[in-house]
Amino acid sequence: MSFLSIRNLSVRLKKGPPLLRRVSLEVAAGEVRGLVGESGAGKSMIGKAVLGILPPSVEVTEGEILLDGVDLLRLPIAERRRRIGASAALIPQDPLTALNPSHRIGPQITDRLVDILGWTRADAEARARALLAEVQIPDPDRVLRSYPHELSGGMRQRVLIASAFAAEPKLIVADEPTTALDVTVQKQILKLIAGMQARHGTALLFVTHDLGVVSKVCQKLSVLYAGMVVEDTSVADFFAAPRHPYSAALLAATPKYTDPSAGLQPVPDTVIATVQAEVAAFDRGTARG
Amino acid sequence: MAEAKPIDGRSLIRRRAGARLWLSAGWLTLLCAVALLAPWIAPKDPLAQDLFLGRLPPFWVQGTEPGYWLGTDSLGRDVLSRILHGARVALAVALVAGTITCLVGATLGLMAGFLRGWVDMVISRLIDIWMAFPPVLFSILLIAVLGPGLWSIIIAIVVIDWTRFARVIRAEAMAQGAMDYVASARVAGRGRIGTMLREILPNVLPTIVVLLTLEMGIAVIVEAILSFVNLSISTDDPTWGGMIAEGRTSVHQAWWVLVFPLITLFLTVLSFSQLGEGLKDRFDPVLR
Repeated sequence: MSFLSIRNLSVRLKKGPPLLRRVSLEVAAGEVRGLVGESGAGKSMIGKAVLGILPPSVEVTEGEILLDGVDLLRLPIAERRRRIGASAALIPQDPLTALNPSHRIGPQITDRLVDILGWTRADAEARARALLAEVQIPDPDRVLRSYPHELSGGMRQRVLIASAFAAEPKLIVADEPTTALDVTVQKQILKLIAGMQARHGTALLFVTHDLGVVSKVCQKLSVLYAGMVVEDTSVADFFAAPRHPYSAALLAATPKYTDPSAGLQPVPDTVIATVQAEVAAFDRGTARG
Repeated sequence: MAEAKPIDGRSLIRRRAGARLWLSAGWLTLLCAVALLAPWIAPKDPLAQDLFLGRLPPFWVQGTEPGYWLGTDSLGRDVLSRILHGARVALAVALVAGTITCLVGATLGLMAGFLRGWVDMVISRLIDIWMAFPPVLFSILLIAVLGPGLWSIIIAIVVIDWTRFARVIRAEAMAQGAMDYVASARVAGRGRIGTMLREILPNVLPTIVVLLTLEMGIAVIVEAILSFVNLSISTDDPTWGGMIAEGRTSVHQAWWVLVFPLITLFLTVLSFSQLGEGLKDRFDPVLR
């Protein structure tokens, strides 16, 4: 039984084009699944749907999101919020806007534990201190008293990782957590997330457009194009032999440091035409059905 | 402000308290004290007329009478005493009207900007319709209906100026609502109202403070304008606007009747706006 199971999820702009086309994927407890695809493929939209933070301009038209066996979309809104808050968390993309500039770091981590999950303040503070130490922040007490603008981007992302793990969630959605960071910091943060995930046994839905990241962190992989899952496979199989031509082209497009003369390999037009034909065929199918 | 030790040098940038904050706060404090103590510290009765002492010049000019520091108007009333008493009306209007306007406008703006949907629809249309009325005519009309008096002026200011807050705070709340920290709060299970008050409000507060102090300055001006067209409290109570209106008619014979209330008004309005900017610089945790 998977901890997170998305079945035939379709999302579209209100009275507009579809954004997700019957997406299905599974994340088992403690497993890491990568979501890759180009910009606008719907990677982040899946994460947002799971966490119940879809923008008001879009609507879910069909499908189920089973979190621990319960379909979130059928729950009343308050109950949905409570469930998500108790068992899931988000590591956001941009550490610069993901911390509230008006509050000190300490309360930003602890208040949610106290206000929403009913921890005692002492427990929450001890937990925050321990987590900051775990994400290798040198002086946790000082950071807890700081405002976000007093910390560097890498430090803020560490704080956000600590905060995501604070309530011991069973599932974390990481929405391109290293995109906004400097390359040297990216590697450390990636290692940190992988390490934390392994230690805490948290399932992770890892949204990224970097296949290098996928190979380091993930076990399973969904490749998206135009809101459609074109390939759902294990990472080992994907890198050995991608089944779908689009996946293969995506893999070929990754720059290889061993052979700089190869240059950049764009996804060939014929492959784009193939997937677009598949999307069109899908849309015709749903229009008829 | 920030007690935390610098982490990586960012907090080393010192914020200067700034002369403008202290000067403007000083002037307004002085004015508040004067307004409260006016009956005891005013050298003369502000309403006492003495036609033999009409148009006395201020103390440094030849031909003055001791005790009338800033001279008298054409009815022989002491200008200084009238300014001191006028401060009571000006400050009462500034504080009460400014605060109520701020509460009404900021609340509606915050709701429209963060809750969006039909709440935003209703409030935004209301703002659009409201702003189509010419404000001065609208206020004169309102006073004509409500009748002159302190509360009529306050109500007129609130009714006209709430849109100023609502528009700006709506835009700010909207920008803040798109930030990732709001998404994180929602994921953690915070409700919409909780998120609005805890995550959004602190971040629009610096703007609210600036607008509030600006509004207090504007309220002083509006009160003066209404006094000027004789629609303020009543013709008896001294107001700065009323003094300016009276002084205008005799400016060639007795410039001081016009100039002193004008300077006081100017400094007060300037101080309110500078106070807001100064407070924002000092207390906004983010160096914008």
